[in-house]
Amino acid sequence: MAILFALLIGVLTTAGVYLSLRAQTFPVVMGLTLLSYAVNLFLFGTGRMASNAAAVIEPHATYTDPLPQALVLTAIVIAFAMTAFVIVLALKTRAELGSDHVDGASDAPTHPAEPHKKPTC
Amino acid sequence: MNSLIALVLLPFFSAPFAAWFGARVRPAAAGIAFFITLACLLLLGISAWGADLSHAQVVSFSWIPLIGLDFAFRLDGLSLLFSGIILIIGLLIIVYAQYYLAPKDSPARFFASLLLFMGAMLGIVLSENLIQLVIFWELTSLSSFLLISFWQHRQDARTGARMALTLTGFGGLALLGGVLLLGHVVGSFNLSVVLNAGDVVRASPLYLPILILILLGVFTKSAQFPFHFWLPNAMAAPTPVSAYLHSATMVKAGIFLLARFFPVLSGTEAWVILVGGAGLITFLLGATTALFKHDLKGLLAYSTLSHLGLITLLMGFGTPLAMVAGLFHLINHATFKAALFMVAGIVDHETGTRDMRRLGGLARHMPRTALLAIIAASAMAGVPLLNGFLSKELFFTEALDASTGWVLPLLVTLGAGFSVAYSIRFIHDTFFGEPSPDLPTNIHEPPLMMRVPVLILVVTCLAVGLAPALLMGGILNLSVSAALNAPAPAFSLALWHGFNAPLMMSIIALLGGLLVYLTRRPLTHGYERTLGRLNAKTPYNFVLRALQLGSETLTQAFDQGRLQPMAFWTLAITFGAGLIGFASVPAAPLFGLDPRATPFDGITATGMILMMSLAMGIAFIHAQRLLALLVLSGVGLGVSLLFVRYSAPDLALTQLSVEVVTLILMLLALRYLPQQSTPERAKRVGFDALLAGIIGAGAAILTYAMMSRDFASIAGYFLENSLSQGGGHNVVNVILVDFRGYDTFGEISVLALAALGIYALLQNIKLSPLAPPPITNARLAHPILLQTATHLLLPMTLLFGAYILLRGHNAPGGGFIAGLIFASAAMMQLIAQGQPLDGRALSSKAHSALALGLLLALGTGLASIALGYPFLTSTFTHLNLPVIGGVEIASAMMFDLGVFFVVMGASILMLTRIVQIQAHEPHTASVTTHLKEPN
Repeated sequence: MAILFALLIGVLTTAGVYLSLRAQTFPVVMGLTLLSYAVNLFLFGTGRMASNAAAVIEPHATYTDPLPQALVLTAIVIAFAMTAFVIVLALKTRAELGSDHVDGASDAPTHPAEPHKKPTC
Repeated sequence: MNSLIALVLLPFFSAPFAAWFGARVRPAAAGIAFFITLACLLLLGISAWGADLSHAQVVSFSWIPLIGLDFAFRLDGLSLLFSGIILIIGLLIIVYAQYYLAPKDSPARFFASLLLFMGAMLGIVLSENLIQLVIFWELTSLSSFLLISFWQHRQDARTGARMALTLTGFGGLALLGGVLLLGHVVGSFNLSVVLNAGDVVRASPLYLPILILILLGVFTKSAQFPFHFWLPNAMAAPTPVSAYLHSATMVKAGIFLLARFFPVLSGTEAWVILVGGAGLITFLLGATTALFKHDLKGLLAYSTLSHLGLITLLMGFGTPLAMVAGLFHLINHATFKAALFMVAGIVDHETGTRDMRRLGGLARHMPRTALLAIIAASAMAGVPLLNGFLSKELFFTEALDASTGWVLPLLVTLGAGFSVAYSIRFIHDTFFGEPSPDLPTNIHEPPLMMRVPVLILVVTCLAVGLAPALLMGGILNLSVSAALNAPAPAFSLALWHGFNAPLMMSIIALLGGLLVYLTRRPLTHGYERTLGRLNAKTPYNFVLRALQLGSETLTQAFDQGRLQPMAFWTLAITFGAGLIGFASVPAAPLFGLDPRATPFDGITATGMILMMSLAMGIAFIHAQRLLALLVLSGVGLGVSLLFVRYSAPDLALTQLSVEVVTLILMLLALRYLPQQSTPERAKRVGFDALLAGIIGAGAAILTYAMMSRDFASIAGYFLENSLSQGGGHNVVNVILVDFRGYDTFGEISVLALAALGIYALLQNIKLSPLAPPPITNARLAHPILLQTATHLLLPMTLLFGAYILLRGHNAPGGGFIAGLIFASAAMMQLIAQGQPLDGRALSSKAHSALALGLLLALGTGLASIALGYPFLTSTFTHLNLPVIGGVEIASAMMFDLGVFFVVMGASILMLTRIVQIQAHEPHTASVTTHLKEPN
């Protein structure tokens, strides 16, 4: 199962990286969400995958490693806060710049003007 | 010894008071500064009185015990000497400055900065811990920046302050590096240990780097060649600042460090060459240049350079007697030079100029000031019966002892001769001779209180000159033995040592100096045509300009202001760096065999494959945003199922509720963004896909490498102690709210900050929806079926959330999940009713929930401190309730309640803020229509 699990993380990472490199804000947010899935699963994986072994103290039970779970739980919530913040940032970008391009303006060939070509310090 | 800590901290804590009161009542600033300095002096006396200062008195508090760092102070002879100089001269300066400052200058700002500076200086000389010493060292640079640039409206003050900060800041960094290396070699940052490890340090291969780095700090601070030029430029500061910082204290900090590290770093050839060389060059350069400066303060600045060079040279000799001479001259220089700076300030104050070409004949108008100036200048020139003479004699003796030939004694006599010449010039050109006709004629003596500090200093010069052994023998003995970390050598401070070589050198210097002064006109002419044209500022400016241009070019080369290439290269380089790190480890089998390998399970495998295809699907259909978003939440659902499958019920619940809230959030946001992405260039898409594939493969290999080997976990500790110490059965929850409660507290703070950030971002935002118009009309936007169902569901959802919250400590659940469930319930209600007004009311309540939650969590933590336990220590008790039965009630549950409030408040705040955007629009359309809208 570990191979499959590793493959899943690889695929999630691939899709996440690809989407977060896109030129418009919404796919980037989706990409970041996929990346956070991958990272959370990776962290979870450090405790290995055990069946029917929830870390709830009961008489005569086997337990999985609770520490990665605690880490992942906080990571999920932090990722949620980050996603929410980034998506609102995307809204703000569109409101301020009138574009949902990550640079605030498209650099596609149809718009040859590139205001960011020469940044001033 | 607690008085020592109070001594250092008092100036820092009183500075804000001086600023606050001084801004309201003018004299209050100087008053506070004066009495605080007096109190510090008293504290120093208390600390030193009963103590046996032949050994350093150390007082320390644990700072970062894990790496052996203490907050520690020490009092020994050397720090006593320097603290005394800092406080006594400081007291005189404060009196003087009160009368010096013009009505339009802010005394509040001046004295507050001065107190900060004084505290920082005391911190340097009283530090036992070296890291702490460097921190105070940096604080002197910062506070001196404030003081030099006190007259902010003047260009030269700003430039001078910036130059001083640049150089001393650079030196401070170097010093930090040197101290870190030193601590690494010795194994401790405590001076008591370091001072006894001289042999270890000198034998270390890191000795030379340590020496050079520390000397960079010393030379920049004490304005030694080639970093000397900031000092004359810092003369744009008000004169009390120059008198205090640039003659008596800050520039002596470098000397202090030389003396402090003397037992550790001296005694090598490198020390003699570097320290002695820089000292000699600065000594000669300062002495000769001072004569040709026409500005009184310029002359004093270069003269200060020369005397600092002299002391550095003495340190460079590296003998115990040279240490005696050096520290003795340091005291003497502080007295006469501070007095002369004050005289220069008085002259400037009364005549409006400091140009010696215009000044003259002032002795007629201010005879008392003139007398004081003559005595102080004579001490500077080394005239017998004054303190400067004595230390200069000692200096000559050491110079003769240190050299085998005649070159060094000759150079030293030459420098001394020049110092006689510029001392004569200071007096003669100012107080005698013919004044420039445009000088005002109604010049008079300054206020008495401006003269009293000068008088005290001058009397000290005389008294020390007449009875040196009586006045200075004791403190010199103490400070020298502290500096040497060994008993002080026998030395004799006497007026008369018989006709010997040093006396001959003194006489030659005095006569030669007079001769130089008489021939100053052709000399000045020659100087101005040759050496005077060289200016150390030019290379400094060149280096600064080159650095600026270099960084601009570098930035422009990499940062084209476009995110996509930058993100691409950041990812690519990060991956490459990881690869290099991986390859550099000695070859070990990448994959191992975990004895606990998970058995294959067909259903789960199918689910995982499905998740993979969904994830890949998103990459292909991401341009169809709504569809992609729904598929994305499918993947999220898969993740929570995986958590269920592999024994993580808490994670599954959290993931599921986060998924719900995120989906609503993204759907709400998508309404204001284009519904489809525009296609991109095929080349970019191809490269991005390639990089993503490589990184994904790397992640998969890494994961498998990690999963396929055996491991030892620290889980046992948590499993064993969860019930006995945390009072909870659910170990994951106990870790969150108890064992690692501090992390959780930080995390909910982040969540609260994110929510507030979103609140601020969406303030006054103007956005029109880009989603296609709703198919149904607004009346049907809230279907009755949905409304009715919500009415029924709401209490049940809330009850379920409360249940999840309460059971969290003992069964899967807890504050995080309950908070999200409550938020979803509130959203469901909002969507069904569709009343923006509700949103507004909710949003204000969400603020309160955020604050309440944070306070609750913090309060739980503080309560345990109040009870004498570390922050967030949990306590619990077993209760037998009727009906419900036995339960463990832990104080950590209060913490979990705080988590619940924060999570609920943050989620609701985020969601309602986005909903509220609609409220500002003319065509209010509801969320539901959007949810129902087909793609």
